[in-house]
This record gives sequence, C-alpha cells and structure tokens, in this order.
Amino acid sequence: MRPDRRLIMERIDADAYPDVSGYMPKGMERGSLHLPKVNESELLRHYIALSRDNFGTDSGPYPLGSCTMKHNPKYADRLASQPSVGRMHHHMDEDHAQGSLEIMKRMEMALSEISGMDAISLQPSAGAHGEYAAMLIVKAYHASRGEERDEVIVPDSAHGTNPASAAMAGYKLVEIPSGEDGCVDLDALEAALSDRTAALMLTNPNTLGIFERRVKELAAMVHGRGALLYYDGANLNAIMGKTSPGAMGFDLVHFNLHKTFATPHGGGGPGSGPVGVKSFLEDFLPIPRIAEDADGMTLDWARPKSIGKVNGAMGNFAIILRAYAYILRQGGDGLKECSERAVLNSNYLKKRLENHYDVPFADPRKHEFVASAKNLKKEKGVRALDVAKRMIDHGIHPPTIYFPALVEEALMIEPTEDETMESLDRIADVMISIAEEDPATVLAAPHSAPVGRVDESKAVKDAVLSYRRMLSLREGSR
Amino acid sequence: MMDFIGIGFEDELFKDVPEEVRCHLPLPKGMSEKDVTREIERILAKNSHAGEVPSFLGVGCYDHYVPAAVDHVISRSEFYTSYTPYQPEMSQGMLQALFEYQSHICELTGLDAANCSMYDGATALGEAARMCARLNDGNVFLAPRAMTREKVSVLRNYLIGTGVELELYGWDEDGGVDLDDVERRITDGVCGLYAETPNLFGVIDARVPLLRGMTDAPLVVGVNPIALALMRAPGDMGADIVVGDGQCLGSPMNYGGPGLGLFACRQEHVRKMPGRVIGLTEDSRGEQAFCMTLQTREQHIRRGRATSNICTNVALVAVAAAVFLSYHGRDGLIELAKENINRARRLMDLISDIDNVQSPVFDNHHFNEFAVELPVKPEKINCILAKRGFQGGLPLSAHVPEMGDCMLLATTEMHDDEVQDHFVSMLREVL
Ligand SMILES: Cc1ncc(COP(=O)(O)O)c(C=O)c1O
Repeated sequence: MRPDRRLIMERIDADAYPDVSGYMPKGMERGSLHLPKVNESELLRHYIALSRDNFGTDSGPYPLGSCTMKHNPKYADRLASQPSVGRMHHHMDEDHAQGSLEIMKRMEMALSEISGMDAISLQPSAGAHGEYAAMLIVKAYHASRGEERDEVIVPDSAHGTNPASAAMAGYKLVEIPSGEDGCVDLDALEAALSDRTAALMLTNPNTLGIFERRVKELAAMVHGRGALLYYDGANLNAIMGKTSPGAMGFDLVHFNLHKTFATPHGGGGPGSGPVGVKSFLEDFLPIPRIAEDADGMTLDWARPKSIGKVNGAMGNFAIILRAYAYILRQGGDGLKECSERAVLNSNYLKKRLENHYDVPFADPRKHEFVASAKNLKKEKGVRALDVAKRMIDHGIHPPTIYFPALVEEALMIEPTEDETMESLDRIADVMISIAEEDPATVLAAPHSAPVGRVDESKAVKDAVLSYRRMLSLREGSR
Repeated sequence: MMDFIGIGFEDELFKDVPEEVRCHLPLPKGMSEKDVTREIERILAKNSHAGEVPSFLGVGCYDHYVPAAVDHVISRSEFYTSYTPYQPEMSQGMLQALFEYQSHICELTGLDAANCSMYDGATALGEAARMCARLNDGNVFLAPRAMTREKVSVLRNYLIGTGVELELYGWDEDGGVDLDDVERRITDGVCGLYAETPNLFGVIDARVPLLRGMTDAPLVVGVNPIALALMRAPGDMGADIVVGDGQCLGSPMNYGGPGLGLFACRQEHVRKMPGRVIGLTEDSRGEQAFCMTLQTREQHIRRGRATSNICTNVALVAVAAAVFLSYHGRDGLIELAKENINRARRLMDLISDIDNVQSPVFDNHHFNEFAVELPVKPEKINCILAKRGFQGGLPLSAHVPEMGDCMLLATTEMHDDEVQDHFVSMLREVL
C-alpha cells in the first residue's frame, strides 16, 4: 500500500494569523502565514516515509558516472556533529578558532600533496564554484600582465559546469572536438589556440574514463601560447598516488571533496570545491588566507592581488573536516589503493558488459567508462533511459545517462572502489538481463518503485514549483 | 578479477599513464578509525565554541537552537547519502522534501517560485544580480553600501562576466535606505536594485517597500527568514527576487559553511532563474510525483549558455530548513521571531545604560542584531572580552569604514538573561 504522501502543507494551520503588534514598524507587519501544524510524531512519520522513498549509497549500488558515489564513512559524520564544529562562527577571533583553522591548514597541505599544487584555498562551496574561482584567478593573472585574453577552450567531452563557469566569468568559449581515440585532438587544439586563449579546461582522465596520454605535449602547447592549463578535479579518484595535476603540468585545479574524499552528497549538496594553484598564482587566491606562525594560525586579509571572496564565509568547514578525517584514515597508501581499486572495478565491470552493450573506445579505462545503448535502441527500441528505469526495479541506482553527449545513448558507469566483486557481478547481471529482456517490460519500467515513470515534460510545461502555485492554479481552474 | 580482465598486476591498468607524469603520494600512513577520531578531537579541542564562550556574532550566520527532530531527519542515510535526484522514481523522498522546502520559502517570501538552494546568502545575491542582468537592460546594479566586505566582494565577483557595474548607495540617519541617494542614482541604466530588511545593522527597514515605486527595474530584497514570521512578505512589497541566508533555519554555524542561499522569484521569471528547481507532475499512473524541472536553464544541458554554473548545491541544508519550519509551524516561528526581537531589545537597553556607549546607533526597529558605538576600538574590546570568556560582536569599520568604532552585536534565543547580564557587566568593566 502506498503510504500517505500528502504534502506537509496540506496540514496547514487554519486559525487566523494572531495579533502581533509592537514588533514591526508600521507598514511592515505581516497578515498571514501558512505553515503546517503538526506534532513531532506526525512530523517524523511524514519525513521518515519520505526517506523510505529515497535511495542513497547506504541503500545499494550507485554507479553514477562522474559523481564518485563512494561509501560515506560514519566516523566523519560523527566528528562533524560536535559543537566544536557546529557552534563556531567564521568571524570569531582567530584565538577562539585555532582548532578549525588548524584542520583547514592541514587540509590545504594534504590537498597540496595530492594534487602537486603549491597553494590551496578551501573557500569554494562546490566543484563548479571552484571552477568559477579558478576562472577569476585566470582573469586576474592575465590582467596583472596587461594581457587581454578573452577565450577559454573546452573539449566537447567536458562537464557542463566547465563551459558554464568560463562563460559566467565573461569568457568566450571555444569548443574542440575529441579525436577518434576519445582524447583531445591535438590538431584541433593547435588550431584553437591563439593569443586570445586565456586557458584550457580539462579533466584527466576525461569524462569517457580515458587518460589523456599526451597531456605533457598538450600542456606545452597551451603554455607555449601564454595560456593557463586548468584541471577539473572531479575525476581525481582515478589517479591518486599514480600521477597528479601538478606532475601533468596543470597550473590550477579544483577538487570535489564530496566525490574523491567520500563526504556525503546530501541529495544534491553541500559539497566543497577547494581550488589549488602553482606558486606563481598564489597571490590571486581568495581571501582570507590562513597563515601559520609560532603563535598559531591567523587570517591574512592583506592580499592586494587576491580575487577577493567567492562566498560569504570560509568555505564548507563541516565538509572539509569530514574529508580531512577520511584522508587521515586512508593515508597516502590508502588513497592510492582507492584509485587502484576504483580502476580495477571499472575495468572489470566494463569487461563484463562488453558483449552486451556497445562500449566505444579502447582499453584500459580509468575509474569510469561509458557504455552505449545505441544497438539496443536500434534493435529493440530500448533507450539508455529505459535501461536506467529498469535498473531501478532491481534496486540499483542507474548510471549517468546521456552524458557525455559525444556518445550516443550514453550510460556512464562509475562503480567506485567500494563495490565488491559480488556487487559488480550483480550490476552486470542486471544490466545484461535488461539487454535481453522483453522490451515491453523495459519500456514500461519502473514497475516496483514508489511511483511509476515520472512525466518530466508535464513538469516543464506546468512549472509548478510551490504549494502556493499549486493552490492558485487549483483555484483558477474552479 | 585481474584474471578476468586479463592483467597480471594492478598497475597494468595504469599503463596509459606515461612515466613522465608519474609521481608518488608522500602522505603519512593511514590511521585507525579510533586514532583518527582522537586526533581530530584533539585539534578541535583548541576551539572555543559558542557553548563555551558566548558569541555575539551574526551577519547571516546565527547560533540558534536546532531541534533534535531536524538532526534526526537529515541523518537518515537515504537522504544524506543520495546524489542529486536525477532519477525521480528513485528519489521521490528527496524531491518531495525539496518541493516542500520551496513551498515554505515561497510562503514566507510571498512569491510563487523558489529554487532548492544556492550555496549561501552572498552567492544567492550574486546570482540575483546576474538574473537582473538577464531580465533587464542596463549596466548598473544598485546595492547598499551597508553590506559586509564579504558580500560586496562576492557580488562584484558574480558580476564580472556580465559587464554590469556595482554601484553602492548609502543609509539614512535611522539606518534605513537613503532614498535620496537611491533616487539620484536611478537611471534607465539600472538593471536591478537591491535592498535588505533586516539590513546589515539589523534594522527592519520600513522604507524598502517604497523602492518599488522608484524604478521599473527588478527589485531584489534580502531577508532573514525567521524575521519573516512577523514581517510583511517581500512579494507584497513588489519584490521580484528574494534572497537571504537560510542557515538560521535549523543548521549549525559550522564556521560559516555550509550555509543556505535562499532564492525565490516571481512565476513569470522562472525560466530565467539560476539553480535547481523541483516541480510538481504525475507518474505514469496519474499519481502526484515530483522531479527536477526546467533543466534546460542548467549547465548540464545548456552548458555555456546556462543561467548559472551551479551543480552541487546545499540540498540537505534546505531539507533541514524545511523540517525546521514544519516543526515550528506558524505559531512556533512567530514565537521564535518575537523572542529574538525581545532578546535584542533587552540587550540594547542594558548596554545603553553604560556611559559613553550609544546603543543602538540607529533609532529604529531591529531584528536580532544592532550596532552600538563604543568609545574605544571594537577590536580592542573584543581582545579584552575574549580573555573574560566572551566572543564580542563584529567590528563594523572593516566593512563600512564610516561606522568608526561601531560594533554589531547579534543575540538569539540561545542567550538567556544570565548570559546577557554577564556580558553587559563585562562590557561595563572593560570600558
Ligand atoms: C567532471 C565534473 N566536473 C565538475 C563537476 C561539478 O562539481 P559540483 O557538482 O561539485 O559543482 C562535476 C560534478 O557533477 C563533474 O562530474
């Protein structure tokens, strides 16, 4: 039986808004407010019922490509839930916040080792925010040299946030196609590079899970034109302890602590997206910087070349702390093993699926790979979307679909290091059974989810984003 | 597994990583869970948190009581270990919780549409300014000079790519908007106008509604969502976009992050909004269902032409806010807002009895913070207060230099009479 899924607003307080005078200046008083009226037991039943209609990494496999859905270790959550974390204000005198500042300083140092960058700012709130901070740094750097460069080059396989961040910073985008091998086409890059190029944004391994082997050559080309090379660190889980953005010749990088360093995704956030740079860009990093001397940690605001602030505070400390705890727990060797295991798992799963799905491009893959449902679509009319919906019936979160766009009917699969062989086999068995199944069953999936297939186009057409809107439409139709 | 793949050792899978870029990871060895816990607790013990050292800091980040039910709900791992709800059939719980969050925010702000979070109040404001540039011609965004340096800097940084200049207007004797100054600056070149109530000085500014009559450009209003229990909804004041810091709704301060950026707007502008939004729809059986919607605005579809680059947001903090608001309900939220006003009134009255201190600086209605003028540098006072077990307020001159020796003090329901009295007697001693 489907539990009660009424909106909590359906239990609204029907009494008149109380008389509250003397609290607001004249003309600023409120006359009505509709919030739910529930007791704690009703409240919990409501939200617990909702939580049961949701699926997290604690619920089952979550091979969502590009998102690195690792297990979220519980020690990290417990550490983050203490008052010495929660009841701290970012404007506190440094003396009161030596603990938080020390964690942040140590985290900067750890990320610096992992990435091969010289200086880190933990301020950006998520990956895309780190990209944006980096684009501002690129701008400030070129401006400081009196150079006007207004283009950023992005490969067609790049994540959507890359072009979006560059455009937001005011850059014109130059998109370059991938070559036959799924890597950056160096001829296309050569043709795109010019004195107007401010930076190239790249992730390595790229979103196809392929390592750009000619990255050194590519770096030389970019630097030869006076442009900067930016590393999207979303795929860092593939290479820790093997190589680093620094070793590959990148100048600046963002990290996704909520991917590589196992912090929870929270149903969409919060995350944390520190930005790291080589020393020649350090002066441009966001303020304040954490400085350390014999007396402890202080905040340094006097950085005239800095891009300033990208958010109102110091970064997502509660996430940074969790990630730092994870790094301590793993250690250098442990992080390297994570990468090895993630890559092994991905290649194993790929091999298991190869005879059933088209998997374009050559071996080996890194932490993820992109399969395609294009043959299924041709033969049976089953698209990537349908495969995804059918996986839901088996209690496996579907892969990322339709990204990257250069693969038709893409299924982007990233099992992470945490799946066991048994679990990988189950993912494979399920995906294979779907490929072989009666297409009618697949097309009508999901069959056992809390809801049937959701009509996304109706949502777009109606654009109802609130209960208020729902009510006014209801009234309007009466 | 290696046999199956056809490799002899793990590093074979890295044969595509050329020797010239190989490196080692010189981090120490891993630690046991117990040792990690001990180590981090040892470091955190160097903090003096607001439970030990009462703090009078605010400006968007407040020490409020978090009901246990809020923690309980957001600790459900079905919620917190899930990703962005790309697959609605597997994520109805999160989607509905976020739709309810949007609904609460719409109710508070008096607007029909809200997104399901921005990183924090400052970035929400930055995004609002960018949205004004999309909605309207003009190359000037008008905002108050009475903002923290953090907020001004973020706003400037968010405008960089738009060609829009930031222009700042002043405040009046009572701490509200200087209408003459705004009037002088309003031209056809203004693409958007921003005002806050309560503002930086904690002042509930009755002049904000008057701004609607002064320009056709989009009006952006910054709010405190708890104050909205008592304050007229900005939608009724003619606001087109409402932004604010939502951390006060059921989340700890966490040294400033994660925060929660509130963002609401008029229905007619939903297709120009930044960020993720959850919409109402139906499933194949005709039952109520929810999904992410209007995604063609977003980076994963629109790439370089997206309304914003935001991807990961702060969904779980938004869920905490939703639970917090449902927990309190209308009357609970009204009581909380009253209590915060009363706490602030009590504190400002007590301080006003100290010689040579002006408290509050602005003779106006306040929410839970207010500026006081001290006879000495506030930084100096804070140093002395620190030795006596208090974290004083925010010295304002670092943010708005003309505020000289003023300090901004924030208080909440977490400060009982005893704490306030003790603080005031310390302040008296110190001065
Ligand atoms: C390759 C890549 N780059 C950048 C991002 C953006 O990161 P975030 O979602 O933290 O903003 C993502 C995450 O979705 C990603 O997969």
